[in-house]
Amino acid sequence: MSRERETMAVIEAKDVTYAYTSEDDVSPALWNVTLSIEPGEFVAIVGHNGSGKSTLAKLLNGLYTPASGHVVVKGMDTQDERHVWDIRRTVGMVFQNPDNQLVATVVEEDVAFGPENLGVPPAEIRQRVDEALEQVNMSAFKDHAPHMLSGGQKQRVAIAGVLAMHPEIIVFDEPTAMLDPEGREEVLAAIRDLNGKGKTIVLITHYMEEALLADRVVVMTGGQITATGTPREIFADETVLKEAGLTAPPHIELYHRLKNKGYDLGECPLTVDELVDKLCR
Amino acid sequence: MPIELQNLTYTYMPGTPFEAKAVDDLSLKIEDGEFVGIIGHTGSGKTTMISLIAGLLKPTSGRVLIDGEDIGAKGYDRKKLRRKIGVVFQYPEHQLFEETVYKDIAFGPGKLGISPEETEERVRYAMELMELDFDSVKNLSPFELSGGQKRRVAIAGVLAMKPSVLILDEPVAGLDPAGRIHLMNMIGRLNREGVTILLITHSMDDLAENARRVVVLKGARLMMDGTPAEVFARRDELTAASLDVPCVAEIAAKLRARGKDIPPDIIRLDDLQRCVENMLGGRP
Repeated sequence: MSRERETMAVIEAKDVTYAYTSEDDVSPALWNVTLSIEPGEFVAIVGHNGSGKSTLAKLLNGLYTPASGHVVVKGMDTQDERHVWDIRRTVGMVFQNPDNQLVATVVEEDVAFGPENLGVPPAEIRQRVDEALEQVNMSAFKDHAPHMLSGGQKQRVAIAGVLAMHPEIIVFDEPTAMLDPEGREEVLAAIRDLNGKGKTIVLITHYMEEALLADRVVVMTGGQITATGTPREIFADETVLKEAGLTAPPHIELYHRLKNKGYDLGECPLTVDELVDKLCR
Repeated sequence: MPIELQNLTYTYMPGTPFEAKAVDDLSLKIEDGEFVGIIGHTGSGKTTMISLIAGLLKPTSGRVLIDGEDIGAKGYDRKKLRRKIGVVFQYPEHQLFEETVYKDIAFGPGKLGISPEETEERVRYAMELMELDFDSVKNLSPFELSGGQKRRVAIAGVLAMKPSVLILDEPVAGLDPAGRIHLMNMIGRLNREGVTILLITHSMDDLAENARRVVVLKGARLMMDGTPAEVFARRDELTAASLDVPCVAEIAAKLRARGKDIPPDIIRLDDLQRCVENMLGGRP
């Protein structure tokens, strides 16, 4: 059974250790990390700055390769240089700052950049670009200049650029950290929509509200995975978050405070509405 | 040194097709030692407003008075302004430039003509406030630090000027929870020591817990001005302006909608907890 699960995983990280090399610091950024990601899953990876979450993200598509251990993407080991381009095509990445990810002066040309470099025939590029912009709800802006767009719009163009390369998995490395609340909503809606259409999503974030949207939450502390579970399992355990240097959203914090005082409110609520239901029972 | 805005208006790119009023007939007065949160949708004029207060933009019409003096008047000593008002812009870490952390933080005080001894004292003070270890960090290049540490160094550079008014434009954007809590605590501490705080943020939870006054801008104009409890009680108007309310206010409003007796001014978690315990009968 477990063997079957292993072959099912789209990404398999096994005993991965990674260290940044600088003169006086050789402490590993990641230490013996093992994680498998199933097709169609939405996994959130949370942790404070320096917990290793962004390092892990960059290992998932071969931007970094492990010092020891292996990352295997659909059967391809990231250490094997022959697979580099196939891995990058399979696992797309979206980063924090949209301004660093846009390269062209017109939105649709920017989205076409990736497939052009893959050598996709022009007619198909046209089709891919239209589809990708449609998926992030940006078709109306295809002739616009990226620098005139809002942060949320720019980030959606960056996502379209990744989509046009037809990846099976998209890794988002704090995609909303530089956006205003409206931009955050737009990007999260796009991510949820892509997941609904079958894309495998890995979302690196330190916004706990975003982790609540995932199927599974992976908590990182000091370069190691310290907990993994459904959002409800993770947020039900106060100590897991505290030890990771994270804080629960206020409605979950209130639940824990009341629970610690002896009030029986049943299982941990994930939303404000769930909490209100419990309090009004 | 109170800050007074009188019918302040600022027009971007006047006489071009892109002409737009970023601040429109804004009047308000901020007293010494206040902690004012400034909120508004992107493009509502927040950043333009603080740039006008700091004297970095010149009003199209209207005046900014600081200590009763018009900062736009001929002959006004703008050096005085730099000394009194510290501004932490968005992503201040993009402004780091020196070879070492020490030099970067000491750059501002160095321009004040104070002694090297006092400069060092100020650098130590600012680094301590920002929880940067003086001995181990001072000689590092700011560019080899992590994003969170760079932000701290950049803010320390402003604090080393010992401003009596500190203006911060979304200082917690992109920080992790621990970094955010530290920064909010530091801002609170400075305010208790008498520093006037003007804080632009999208984090309504932070304002609910810390600010004593909230100014809301909408479409370049003043939309609301009051205590956090007063402002966040007007939930429908804020939502209509695409602004969030603090999570606590949201929970309180939903409990009220279910007929529970929760006062409309509840915006802090401690207060909500007390109300909810009463509501549940005061005993588990």
